[in-house]
Amino acid sequence: MGVLDSKIPSGPLADKWTKHKNEIDLVNPANKRNIDIIIVGTGLAGGSAAATLAELGYNVKTFCYQDSPRRAHSIAAQGGVNAAKNYQGDGDSVYRLFYDTVKGGDYRSRESNVYRLAEVSSNIIDQCVAQGVPFAREYGGLLDNRSFGGVLVSRTFYAKGQTGQQLLLGAYGAMNRQIQRGKIKSYTRHEMLDLVLVDGKARGIIARNLVTGEIERHSAHAVVLATGGYGNLFFLSTYAMGANVMAAWRAHRRGAFFANPCFTQIHPTCIPVSGDHQSKLTLMSESLRNDGRIWVPKRKEDAIAIREGKLKPIQLSEEERDYYLERRYPAFGNLVPRDVASRAAKERCDAGFGVNKTGEAVFLDFASAIMRYGKEKALTSGMKDPDNNTIRELGEKIVEAKYGNLFQMYEKIVDANPYKTPMMIYPAVHYTMGGLWVDYNLQTTIPGCYAAGEANFSDHGANRLGASALMQGLADGYFVLPYTIGDYLSDDIRTGAIPTDSPEFDAAEKDVRDRMEKLMSGTGIHSVDYYHKKLGKIMWNKCGMSRNEKDLKEAIKEIAELRKDFWENVKIPGSPDSKNQELEKAGRVADFLELGELFAKDALERKESCGGHFREEYQTPEGEALRDDENFKFVSAWEYKGEPSAAKLHKEDLVYENIKLKTRSYK
Amino acid sequence: MKLYLKIWRQKDASAKGQMVDYTLDGVESDMSFLEMLDILNEELISKGEEPIEFDHDCREGICGTCSLQINGRPHGPDTMITVCQLHMRSFNDGDEIVIEPWRAKAFPVIKDLIVDRTAFDRIQQAGGYISVNTSGRPVDANAIPIEKHIADTAMDAATCIGCGACVAACKNASAMLFTSAKVSQFALLPQGQVEAADRVQNMVRQMDLEGFGNCTNTGACEIECPKGISLENIARMNREYFSASLKG
Amino acid sequence: MSGLIKSSIARKVVMALSGLFLVVFLTQHFVINITSVIDPETFNSWSHFMGYNPLVQFILQPILIAGVIIHFVMGFILEIQNKKARGISYVKYKGSANAPWVSRNMIYSGLVILAFLGLHFYDFWVHEMTYKYVEFLPEDPSRYHEETVEKFAPFWRTIIYMISFVLLSLHLWHGFSSSFQSMGVNNKYSAGIKIFTKLFSVVIPLGYAFIALYHHLNPITH
Repeated sequence: MGVLDSKIPSGPLADKWTKHKNEIDLVNPANKRNIDIIIVGTGLAGGSAAATLAELGYNVKTFCYQDSPRRAHSIAAQGGVNAAKNYQGDGDSVYRLFYDTVKGGDYRSRESNVYRLAEVSSNIIDQCVAQGVPFAREYGGLLDNRSFGGVLVSRTFYAKGQTGQQLLLGAYGAMNRQIQRGKIKSYTRHEMLDLVLVDGKARGIIARNLVTGEIERHSAHAVVLATGGYGNLFFLSTYAMGANVMAAWRAHRRGAFFANPCFTQIHPTCIPVSGDHQSKLTLMSESLRNDGRIWVPKRKEDAIAIREGKLKPIQLSEEERDYYLERRYPAFGNLVPRDVASRAAKERCDAGFGVNKTGEAVFLDFASAIMRYGKEKALTSGMKDPDNNTIRELGEKIVEAKYGNLFQMYEKIVDANPYKTPMMIYPAVHYTMGGLWVDYNLQTTIPGCYAAGEANFSDHGANRLGASALMQGLADGYFVLPYTIGDYLSDDIRTGAIPTDSPEFDAAEKDVRDRMEKLMSGTGIHSVDYYHKKLGKIMWNKCGMSRNEKDLKEAIKEIAELRKDFWENVKIPGSPDSKNQELEKAGRVADFLELGELFAKDALERKESCGGHFREEYQTPEGEALRDDENFKFVSAWEYKGEPSAAKLHKEDLVYENIKLKTRSYK
Repeated sequence: MKLYLKIWRQKDASAKGQMVDYTLDGVESDMSFLEMLDILNEELISKGEEPIEFDHDCREGICGTCSLQINGRPHGPDTMITVCQLHMRSFNDGDEIVIEPWRAKAFPVIKDLIVDRTAFDRIQQAGGYISVNTSGRPVDANAIPIEKHIADTAMDAATCIGCGACVAACKNASAMLFTSAKVSQFALLPQGQVEAADRVQNMVRQMDLEGFGNCTNTGACEIECPKGISLENIARMNREYFSASLKG
Repeated sequence: MSGLIKSSIARKVVMALSGLFLVVFLTQHFVINITSVIDPETFNSWSHFMGYNPLVQFILQPILIAGVIIHFVMGFILEIQNKKARGISYVKYKGSANAPWVSRNMIYSGLVILAFLGLHFYDFWVHEMTYKYVEFLPEDPSRYHEETVEKFAPFWRTIIYMISFVLLSLHLWHGFSSSFQSMGVNNKYSAGIKIFTKLFSVVIPLGYAFIALYHHLNPITH
């Protein structure tokens, strides 16, 4: 197993977590008062971990770059949160959720972690309801569910199209309660710039106060990184503008292995790019695929006519449309997993069937759902022989009740009415399954440095199922990390407060200052965004939805060149000693420029197609992903060795004792 | 299109700010308002000037970070959206656009168009939660059935994104809509009723301490709220506060 | 008072309650006044009752005066606090886009009404006080109607009264319905309450204006 010890407890899968909790060391309540924990990132994982750890008695310091913990990008998750409650009585179970997740991840995740996730999932719902999260309910007063891609049961709990927001506000409330009690000290508008190691253990961070520009030292007995994913590597993504990899990458440079960087999720239903000025892509919730049907014209001439504005989509009859997901995947239809749906859209557009100006969009059509709901409503309200217009009106009302805010958002951005004409969508970068390598305890390869939520790699393998990100963030934060971290901290009860005037802190602060000085000394003419956009283009074109050896090799070379140019030339106005958004961006892009190369390298090394990672060289004759379990059934964990090209690969073999590896099929 | 922009510039919290004029050409109608500012900033950087700092993050209308007073209205001329969702098709060639930070004593300017909204956090800390332990073992979620319309009304109140448009719009810089949204969410749900009396008193006390103005029921907050939070919440909070005060 | 000023919601409630009290007074005052048009005899006897009944004079009248004072003092306090809460004002503030003029200018309609009250007090109340407690003139149950009508002989006074009633109407237009919101009434009856308050805020001031105009146009000729 080499240097990677995943610390998976022995015993039957279903008992591992309980057994582990019983066996790990605990810290007694009196001693917890003497232990400090730093949590970077206040989204679902960080916020919930902070609240729980503080409640247990630890002294917690939280850091976020936003002006309030409540604004972390977990807030943007629309669709829902999965839990194996089986409230619908449709045969759901912990095992089924576990199985769906492993299968959805294309057998590249760790069995034990995923099982634990499925096991604690129903606690999340109990917990959140107790906290006053207003989940959607049925008329009987019980919780409502909807279904999501890649599964055959309804297990997704939701709060309108704002589930992430409501869950985050729940965690934020729990944090606020502890802030009020003085157990959490919240540092907002602060960014972690480096991790400080003392005797090989994570003992603090260097942070920049983004308002004053001050460089601050903060010490603790353990550091938790819950800083989300690195999708902004692509410049255009559904991530928040400020989302970045800095904390995770700084930890990587200090010794934390980075796992599966090339596993990126491209979400199939986003609003297409409209022009070069675009700064951000907007997601339309996957829940729309419950009722929306995805199609392109059957004939290329029609697609061209639509692109040129000569033909309207509603003029095409059913026979002239190609509902390609229903055609290719009859069992799952429009509800195939995200990676499959995204690639299928790309395949149609590459073949010339795209439907917007740039030829990079497909239709998501609600017409049949509107008519179906309309008919149902007409029947239940006792109407006899209603005409089509009445049915449509009734149906539109139902669709509005279900997706009103999403439709409204679409209309505001695109200036087209999705009730009357089909939406146009195209895949966009949305989530990164890769992240810091962690063991069963969520500890990275640096002792005392933990990673939770999207920042770690552990649960989603090569593809994440819809509504599982919220589940994982809260599972890590509320129910896993607070227990497992005690095992490590039980050795620290006599350590006392960690001083911040040690040589290690001096050295780390100096590194940070040198780096900022170097960034500010660029002599060129281009802004940070110029470099970020260039990097994004390389990533999207060569490391995007499908990859090949030639492109990846070129990408590696181009990114290295771009990085060199960036460090010599990037132009940053203003001073480092005050609020300076350009400097903030520069620090983040500098890290993306290193990670991008490692990403391409990882994609190049993984000579198979699995989940979100599709290598053109490895596909079936029908164009489906061709996995290679013989040679690639492992987690790639990269060790930092200076330049990304020198990174060293460690492999954690994935052992499947409870699930038989099968070719993933949604047909 | 070509635009004439008047933008508030202020070096830091203690500096004296002023309006500065900019002219920006080549703006396209399908750009978002913030993308228009991005372009202006790129121009400023290329001239070696400091770009205009403004708060923004998710750029999809949910995080509540963006906060600009545009032509005298929070989040600009459109309703039910945040600035990041505002598109340039709402403006015409040759328009003058005045861009200012939110103005309230409780929201001091940090730099340019960025204000400090931690007052909102402190109001929430004063009681905007239900005191249950997160590491405990609560009862099964379906053991507390909640009438659908109550759950829906609570959800409507809970959609507040904490952007501060209500304060910015209110002629009195009152934070009643913000505070009442949270009070309402929990006052409606059975889980929140145990602490309801303390919650409303503590949150209102903190709101007053922060220096927000008094509500005079002009209704501007409801019109400008990007999430359409209803004035009913303010009435509910008044009621809750009143009955909590009577209980002592 | 200090306890009431402490909480913003209590201040609102005080504003609302004192306002509602004044609305009640306004109604009662109107009912008596309108008799001056319909039947001078009734007007005289009711006015005399109000002027000499000890309960009215020594309990209700001070309460009324206190109500007026509380309402406008609180109004000033709110206005000062609210101005302060903004801090630096906007270069451009488009209040008309999201709130009606009346709701944003209660302080001005209120000030006009306050000024009018000054005149009105001078016209009637000071006169009454002088009559009863300074000059100790004998009770005369028949003098009220004539005195009232005479007041409206000058054109300028009638005009000032009429303008004030317009502002009273605007003040009530926002204030009356708003007081229910302040006291937390926002339910299925709200729509009805709103219609009632809006009607009231037009009809009552219109009625007052009518009375003033009527007396101006119909002077008593001896």
